[in-house]
Amino acid sequence: MRHSINLTRLKQADAHDLDRAREKLQSVKKQHGDLAVGGAATAGAAQGPGRGLMSGTNSAFVKFSEVQKTYDGDTLVVKNLNLDIARGEFLTMLGPSGSGKTTTLMMLAGFEVPTNGSILLEARSIDAMPPHKRDIGMVFQSYALFPHMTVEENLAFPLKVRKLGRAEIEPRVKRALERVRLGGYGKRRPAQLSGGQQQRVALARALVFDPKLVLMDEPLGALDKQLREQMQLEIKHIHEDLGVTIVYVTHDQSEALTMSDRIAVFDDGIIQQLAPPAELYERPQNAFVAQFIGENNQLHGKVVAMNGTTCKVEIAGAGNVQALAINVDAVGRPTVLSLRPERVQLNPTPGTLPNVFSAEVAEVIYLGDHVRTRVSVCGHNDFVIKLPNSEGLVRLEPGAAITVGWKTEDCRALDAN
Amino acid sequence: MVTMAVQIARGPDGMPLRTKLARVERRRKLRAFTLVLPLLLFILIGFVLPIGRMMFNAVHDDTLLTLMPRTTAALSAWDGADLPDESAYAALAEDLKQAWAQRATGAIAKRINYELPGLGSQVTSSARKASTLSAGPYKPALIEINPLWGRQDVWSLLKRGSSAYTAYYLLRSVDYQYGPNSEIVASPPENAIFWDMFLRTLGISIGVTAATLLLGFPVAYLLATLPAKYSNLLMIMVVLPFWTSLLVRTVAWVVLLQQHGVLNEMLLGLHIISQPAQLIFNRIGTVIAMTHIQLPFTLLPIYSVMKTISRTHVRAARSLGAGPFYAFWKVYFPQTLPGIAAGSLLTFILCLGYYITPAMVGGPNDQMVGSFIAHYTNEELNWGMASALGAILLTATLVLYYVFNKLVGVDRIKMG
Ligand SMILES: Nc1ncnc2c1ncn2[C@@H]1O[C@H](COP(=O)(O)OP(=O)(O)O)[C@@H](O)[C@H]1O
Ligand SMILES: [Mg+2]
Repeated sequence: MRHSINLTRLKQADAHDLDRAREKLQSVKKQHGDLAVGGAATAGAAQGPGRGLMSGTNSAFVKFSEVQKTYDGDTLVVKNLNLDIARGEFLTMLGPSGSGKTTTLMMLAGFEVPTNGSILLEARSIDAMPPHKRDIGMVFQSYALFPHMTVEENLAFPLKVRKLGRAEIEPRVKRALERVRLGGYGKRRPAQLSGGQQQRVALARALVFDPKLVLMDEPLGALDKQLREQMQLEIKHIHEDLGVTIVYVTHDQSEALTMSDRIAVFDDGIIQQLAPPAELYERPQNAFVAQFIGENNQLHGKVVAMNGTTCKVEIAGAGNVQALAINVDAVGRPTVLSLRPERVQLNPTPGTLPNVFSAEVAEVIYLGDHVRTRVSVCGHNDFVIKLPNSEGLVRLEPGAAITVGWKTEDCRALDAN
Repeated sequence: MVTMAVQIARGPDGMPLRTKLARVERRRKLRAFTLVLPLLLFILIGFVLPIGRMMFNAVHDDTLLTLMPRTTAALSAWDGADLPDESAYAALAEDLKQAWAQRATGAIAKRINYELPGLGSQVTSSARKASTLSAGPYKPALIEINPLWGRQDVWSLLKRGSSAYTAYYLLRSVDYQYGPNSEIVASPPENAIFWDMFLRTLGISIGVTAATLLLGFPVAYLLATLPAKYSNLLMIMVVLPFWTSLLVRTVAWVVLLQQHGVLNEMLLGLHIISQPAQLIFNRIGTVIAMTHIQLPFTLLPIYSVMKTISRTHVRAARSLGAGPFYAFWKVYFPQTLPGIAAGSLLTFILCLGYYITPAMVGGPNDQMVGSFIAHYTNEELNWGMASALGAILLTATLVLYYVFNKLVGVDRIKMG
């Protein structure tokens, strides 16, 4: 039942998070307007790698080529993965639990061996290279700080392994600690630090030996919400300051939207879409992505006419909808229309919108900055409209008859799986 | 501020909160105490009191004081330089007569025989003769009966008997004893067997502990890292010995290791050796059998600690540039130390007290302190020696534990 919007409070909180993440995203983009995010977002037609930071697949910093992985010999946990990561990029693997993100990361780190295909680092295959030779920093969700060493010893570990002298180790450890604002904590043991501090130590340790690439597997998963948001920005800033390439795994979409240059949405061992955050939100390529990223109204229908970039979709018992033909190939096929709640207009002026339907208000939830209204429309009674709490907000009562409408560009006809 | 705090610290019924809390706490403590009371009594009666009694027996011996009250009293003034005077002999004659009448000469003879071996029977015979003496002077008469009573060391021993406390048993346990004038001297070679015995006990315990560590650590590692499917099977094999009687296992080793046992036949058959090797009734057999019995005690604490070590630690170390061995040695191994400490301590302390296994698969030179305690308790009925050896063993164990605690810290240990 992927199509329905969950109306629990939980989901509302999620939606709220997402809004905030988007706001943060905007501000980050404003500060760093030249980043790939902004540039790529305008290049709407571009799909997959080869844009923005990358000049071509050959120069990809990390390249997954036809990678498959199975643990038991029966089911592929990672299916035919092709992914290019550019030098200096912040790439996030986002997806539900069990979608193969960690497995992909572990293959890159060298702890799992691809069943098929190969992984290239700086154009050289690393399939036969043991993990400790790969020079890849790693941050684990469980921090994985060595409990029998002090914070300083933890940070010195990768430097000692590399046989650096004391004179070199000490200042580097000190600098790394200061970078994560833990200057005075060097002599402590990990157990004497809070979760957030431990996470920062783990981060510092993964960076202290100047790795080319840093992998992070749900590093903030164990932190509370406020700390998580603070750390997101901190990691983001470290990434910008150091220019290191980061591959980040999370199942938290707002985290992915906040931090990433590009997001690879995983499901079922397949990358469903690879795009910058804004594009992912605004131009999802399939129903899974539309549903997974942000809040989404889905209407089930059948394609009755194709017209170049747009199509006409018949909703049984309600009428036809004009939509962008994104992921439909032929007339007569079932499709799912995806429509963001904030793009639905309430009582539009007749004639201004191609898609207008009469609806009945089922539920009104006041959320401060906006009002969520659940309406029955086109035979779906889980259709949500988000109305900003601005001047001229009409107070709706449950049971009221209204009309709702939306533009063709805001309505995307996607695969109906 | 102060008055406000006081006001706040009162419940609705005006009773100070502190008093209320104390009352609740007291009730809680009382209940906890009631729950442990039966066990506490059991331990007190079955364990603490006997051990206390034993420790006491190691230094307490009032045989001479109670059975020869006149002699020991008369000797309190004796300076020990020369033989005592007539009054002491008169007291001795009186005590011997009474002992003979009360059939208590055996106990006196036994006590004297401990310190002056061979004199026990002479004491008994002279007591029989002394019982016929009717009038003094007793000094020449008693010496006439047996020259024993003209010996300085005998009188020194009787004088030491005027105290109910003696260091004799403890001294013997570390190969010292009293000389003719009550001075402390080293035991003659034929008596000086205990120091070696303690060293042997220590050596065998250390050897067995080391062997269980060497054998147990890799298995514990395998157990902790293998998928559950295999590790369960392995675990059953590891704890199987726990479910078999110690005696049965020890006898099984006899079958395996004896002259024409399974192992020797196999080695002979493979032409690895030409003569049957002596594998049992010596140190080798003792260590093998004890190692087998102790293996789970060392292994299980290590395993339980390893089980808690996250796999990501080693992965993190690898990603930070450490090779597999370096990561194991610097990151994994140090985290197993609490388990290693717990397992070794357990095995070592248990080894110190081993008795049946060395008795069955060891030779005469492999007997440990436990065997000697059993010997003195069961065969010689020499409670003083048994208690002294036991007290030393207990003290040594506690000291070791203390030192260990100082070095490693028992709070860092995990017992599983
Ligand atoms: N070591 C493993 N052995 C067997 N199956 C595994 C192993 N690790 C992961 N899997 C399976 O592979 C799938 C993907 O797991 P994972 O890569 O951890 O997903 P994610 O990180 O996205 O949650 C899951 O179905 C999981 O059960
Ligand atoms: Mg995962």
